[in-house]
Amino acid sequence: MEKVAIIGVGQSAFVRGYPGSIRELAFEGFKEAVENAKVSVGDIDASIICSAPEYDKQRSPSGVLAEYLGLIPQPTCYLESLCSSTSMGLRMAYSLVKSGLHDVVAVLGFQKMSEISSAESQERMGRGADIQWESPFGTMMPAYYAMFAKAHMEKYGTTLDDMALVRVKAATYGPIYEKALFRKPVTLEMFTDPNHFMAGPVASPLRAGDCCANADGSSCLIVASEEKAKALSKKPVWIRGLGAASASVNMAGRDLFTGLAVARQASEQAYKMAGVTPKDIDVAEVHDCFTISEIMAYEDLGFAKPGEGRDLVKSKETYKEGNIPVNVDGGLLSKGHPIGATGGSQIRTIVLQLRGDAGEMQGKDPEIGLVHNIGGVGLYGNVTILGR
Amino acid sequence: MEMSPFLGGEEMSKKKEIDDRFKKFGTVSFTSVTKVNDFIDFLEKGKVMGTRCQACGMVFFPPRADCYHCLSRNVEWFEVSGKGKLVSYSKLKYAPVGFEGDLPYSIALLDYGDYKIFGRLAGDIPDDEVNLGMEMKTVVNKLPNGQLNYVFEKA
Repeated sequence: MEKVAIIGVGQSAFVRGYPGSIRELAFEGFKEAVENAKVSVGDIDASIICSAPEYDKQRSPSGVLAEYLGLIPQPTCYLESLCSSTSMGLRMAYSLVKSGLHDVVAVLGFQKMSEISSAESQERMGRGADIQWESPFGTMMPAYYAMFAKAHMEKYGTTLDDMALVRVKAATYGPIYEKALFRKPVTLEMFTDPNHFMAGPVASPLRAGDCCANADGSSCLIVASEEKAKALSKKPVWIRGLGAASASVNMAGRDLFTGLAVARQASEQAYKMAGVTPKDIDVAEVHDCFTISEIMAYEDLGFAKPGEGRDLVKSKETYKEGNIPVNVDGGLLSKGHPIGATGGSQIRTIVLQLRGDAGEMQGKDPEIGLVHNIGGVGLYGNVTILGR
Repeated sequence: MEMSPFLGGEEMSKKKEIDDRFKKFGTVSFTSVTKVNDFIDFLEKGKVMGTRCQACGMVFFPPRADCYHCLSRNVEWFEVSGKGKLVSYSKLKYAPVGFEGDLPYSIALLDYGDYKIFGRLAGDIPDDEVNLGMEMKTVVNKLPNGQLNYVFEKA
């Protein structure tokens, strides 16, 4: 079976108020990925441009970005699945390469969220749900995930402190990752100090510290056929498992509120394709858009039994020194969440870990890594398994 | 440019009636035209309605004009009645643009067994009286700006 590899990864720093336009922002992640892959731009024979719509004014960004990045006249297209866009982009790149249509494909994710206000951005994100039947009630992402947090607390006794500990873990790594937005340490005490911004209520039971922040950023993955990867790269990282699923957009169509069905379905597919089990995963990136999301991810991925996700953080098993390090780049909670760029950033971290190139974040010689990337409120789910 | 009668000029000059009743749904509606616009007329009569497929019997809330199960377009209205159980909720301290005037409010989900309903908790229920699993009913609510939605009250 012909294999498909990731041979180059790049991302911009994730920041507030990037001082440039979307094409310039995209160039940051792209340049790093191309240089990282040690290929020339001309080696890339197709591009997939990913973001969530309506944060900037550009319609059909693929043409504009492809031109700016020197990727014309090769084919390019725009792909979105909200926050999991770049993971879905990787899935599409895999099939383009696997089919033999293309040899080297760039997956470029970007988002410049600072062009609109925070309240406007909540409205945009709320409209990533059901605009006909839910948005008219005034929905926003933190409130949806808060409903899952409430249900998880009720069913399993997960506490506010358990959730805060996820943020404390994330903030252990934010300070050592130079591309993260939030780089200060966080303590449990901040969550119990009513005057601290971390403790400020957003949507019960979630507090400001439970939520990731909007950011501007770009990321890029260079995907290649086995033949090209072996010719061009000293340390290709192979795509071993891909899983993807979708769910009812309206919460009324869901049955599970203590986890995300899409993550369970996507991970089952990815494990099967890769021929591995949760125990084989040496390092992981999970979609911690909110603290509860990481706890649910542990359970949905089979790292912990349902209801026992919190124990992995408490026992520090998901710290860098633990059995299954998770989000040792600080996760979305520390890095910030430039929607269309997030999946590519997660994948980049795992690629660096598997190659042994993760610097201060490097774990103990991992061989198999997993990326869990969710779009919307468990509307789309992608799980990707990578190996050396 | 003058419109030629041969290019449909006469037709186009006639003003078409647009049935945009759905723009009355919720504090801010993002949809105005839908095949289930009658939902708004029912709200005005104090009724919250779902649809049922006449061909296969599938029950839908929110109401749908088309059945994905058997692809039939023959759906009939039914009234939401009785009690549902509170699945979960969240009380918002911040709101998206356009909803600031409603704060604080809680979004919530009720389970009626055959279907679930996403909406808001009634504003007058004290926080300490809201418990997951509690029985609630869905009632029509008129918003201060004249718009219509529905909320969940203690049953």
